This record gives sequence, structure tokens and C-alpha cells, in this order.
Amino acid sequence: MNVPTSYIIALSGVLFSLGILGVLIRRNTIVIFMSIELMLNSANLAFIAFARMLAPAADALRGQVIVFFIIAVAAAEVAVGLALIVAIFRNKETVNIDEVNSLQG
Amino acid sequence: MTTDLALFIGLAAISILTAISMLLSRDSIYSALFLVLNFLAVATLYLLLNAAFIAMVQITVYAGAIMVLFLFVIMLLGPSRDTLGGPFRWQLPAAILLGLGLVAELAISILGRGEALPAGATSLGEAFGSPSSVGKLLFSEYLVPFEITSVLLLVAMVGAIILTRRKKREGS
Repeated sequence: MNVPTSYIIALSGVLFSLGILGVLIRRNTIVIFMSIELMLNSANLAFIAFARMLAPAADALRGQVIVFFIIAVAAAEVAVGLALIVAIFRNKETVNIDEVNSLQG
Repeated sequence: MTTDLALFIGLAAISILTAISMLLSRDSIYSALFLVLNFLAVATLYLLLNAAFIAMVQITVYAGAIMVLFLFVIMLLGPSRDTLGGPFRWQLPAAILLGLGLVAELAISILGRGEALPAGATSLGEAFGSPSSVGKLLFSEYLVPFEITSVLLLVAMVGAIILTRRKKREGS
């Protein structure tokens, strides 16, 4: 694809900002978690775009390898995070993050 | 306008619109399905950026496995209607203002430079980003991180099972 790398990085930045907005405005823990996935994904997009920009160089493929590791870590994070949400739901019967305030002073 | 630019603009519009719909839909099931669409659009972008292997990993792991896990948990916990904004009235406008500020700063720092970052070389050949080339790098230079990743996935699996396990006898 012959598009200036800046455009792709800009798209990645917009997706990251939308993820942050999701974390800030939503109250449902599961949707907040999805927004975090959106942010991870936008970082992956930036890695892939820079790998493509430096492409003929021998080192450029490393960007894609890093993305592979990020996806693996995201999978582990989702498994543990959703288990935590289920455990909280067992104790509190809610997924609303404002009602999980037992540690509030 | 070249075909590439048109393709990019279409995919970018799809991914941004699905991300916004994910944020705004009240039902978390719809949010999850919009996020799947977003992941598919980004995977198509990866394909166009000569990252065929990563695009397939994105579809199987993100759009497949992770989103199935999300849908499973949403259905397990039951539907819950959600309101935007928190306990404070200024939270929603403040969040939108700060988000727009972040977008503006990113736009200035990325697009407002003197010249745009160039596109990559025009013809690459199909070896770049193919499963064999990525796999060769993974199993030679990045072998240790790769093995650590497998341990990490195992630990995550055990942790998820322990966290969600119901205790048989409390206190006894």
C-alpha cells in the first residue's frame, strides 16, 4: 500500500484516543476492558506501519515480531482480566465500576 | 486519488466508525460485535501493509479467541444497561474535551511536521511478512522470548482458573 506512513500513524493515534475516551466515559467494566484492547490494537497498527516504512531493511521484520508478542500478552491479559471481572461479579453482583468501591476511605 | 489512498480512507473510516459505535452502544453485546468489525478492518490494513502472518494472527486470536471470551463473559453475567458518564456531571464533557485535546496534539505532532513520513518501498516481494520469514525470526533470534510467552500463557490460564474457582467449603 502506497500511503504516507504519517496517515497510518494518525489513524493509530485516533483509535488510541477513542480507547482512552472509552475508558473515561463508560461505566461497564467489560466495555472499559474492550477499550483497553482497542488501545493495544492501535499500538500494533503503529508497529506494523513503521515496519512497512523501513521495509527493505533486514531489521524491519522485527516490528512484526514485536506485534506477535503484544498479541500473545493481550491474550493472557484478557484471560486474567475477565476472570477478575467474573470474580468481582460473584461478590458484588455488578459490573458497574462505580459500585466497586470497597477500598474507598 | 490513487486506489491505495481510497482503500486506506475506506478502511480508516470503517475502523473509526466502529470504534465510536462501540463506545456509544448501550448494550455490551453490540459493543463486542462492533469491536470485532474494528479488528477485522485493522486486519485488512495489516494485509495491505505486507503483514500477512500478523493479519491472520489478528483474526484468529483477537477477532476469534479473545472476542469469543468477551461474548462468553457478557452472556454469563447477563445483559446490563449502561449509562454514559460517571457519578459527576462534569465527567462526560471533561472526558470528551480531554480526548479531543489528545487527538489535536497527536495530529499536530504527526501531520504538522514539515514533511510527511514517506511510504515504504513500492515493491517488496511476498517474502516480507510471510509466515516463513516471521517464523524464522521467531525461532532463531527471538526463541527465548517466544518460550517465555508460552510460560506466560500457561500462568494466565492457571490464574484464570484459580480466580474463578468456587471455594468448596468456606471457613470449615
